[in-house]
Amino acid sequence: MTSIESRLRRRDDEVAATERAARAFRERAAREELIDIAYGWVDTPVGRMLAAATDEGLLRLGFESERVDVTLAELARKVSPRILQDERRLEKIRRQLGEYFEGRRKVFDMPLDRSLMHGFHRQVLDATERIPYGAVSTYREVAERAGNARASRAAGNALGSNPIPIVIPCHRVLRTGGGLGGYGGGLDRKQLLLQLEGVGL
Amino acid sequence: MTLPPFQTLLDQHQADVYRLLVRVVGPVDADDCFQETFIAALRAYPTLKDASNLRAWLLTIANRKAVDHHRGRARAPMTVGDMRELDESVAPAAIPDGDVWASVRKLPPKQSMAVAHRYANDLAYRDIGRILGCTEAAARRNVHEGLKRLRQEYVK
Repeated sequence: MTSIESRLRRRDDEVAATERAARAFRERAAREELIDIAYGWVDTPVGRMLAAATDEGLLRLGFESERVDVTLAELARKVSPRILQDERRLEKIRRQLGEYFEGRRKVFDMPLDRSLMHGFHRQVLDATERIPYGAVSTYREVAERAGNARASRAAGNALGSNPIPIVIPCHRVLRTGGGLGGYGGGLDRKQLLLQLEGVGL
Repeated sequence: MTLPPFQTLLDQHQADVYRLLVRVVGPVDADDCFQETFIAALRAYPTLKDASNLRAWLLTIANRKAVDHHRGRARAPMTVGDMRELDESVAPAAIPDGDVWASVRKLPPKQSMAVAHRYANDLAYRDIGRILGCTEAAARRNVHEGLKRLRQEYVK
């Protein structure tokens, strides 16, 4: 005779039912506008990228060299912990990144949420955003355009912490004299992006 | 205080919440109660003061939703939707040993919830007390009283 306790402890595989309920919850959370940050993944030739957006616009793009849990924890701390995976808010960035990597798009056209950019860093990133496709600039030049010609090291730091790489094209900023400089996603990716845009190095 | 991304809570605790609800409200209404639980949690999340036991926090909300569900049931007359529950064959997710759990659902509310927390998720009596708003000793008593009744029904 099986005891009541062991009958109560019995478990089946309830994974599928749980997943279905969780999916329905996320859809309802999106409908009721309770998701402050929606995130998902976009496959690109430079690897799978994490994309996160608020209802204001694209907030963050991350290369797969970054740790996803660290990135999401940072967004929870700095912007909002109401973060859920929801691919629908990412359709625009997915499509435009696809077009960019196919060489069919030279300008990104989508609203950005700049709440992770502050002060001088933000000015540097604003100046970087104006460097056209296929062109390059230097750390010194973007520092100057951001209002402080002598702050090229600070400009480098700002670009290193660029929350929306590719869309804000920090890969177009090189060292004076033509050296590659640095890149948050690694120099291989920087080189690949420049090649794609037809920049000879 | 730092709160983890809500998706992390969902990933870590969705199985516990579902396992509890499917047993205490039955498979037909478990999905609804699951949604209600996590929607309420998501609404309240940014203002949460104590993030030290997020599992217990979620299970407390799930407990409340299950109790609300039973109260709604007690007031509302039987509808066609309710009749479906009687037919186990249309249940979207079968509960292992469904007839025992059907008996658990007929226990007095505190006993029923205490037994469910204890056996669906192996919660400690202290956590069950926290969730039910009673002492650890009272939680233990509720589990034992509930089991006693179940034994009378099943072990003859």
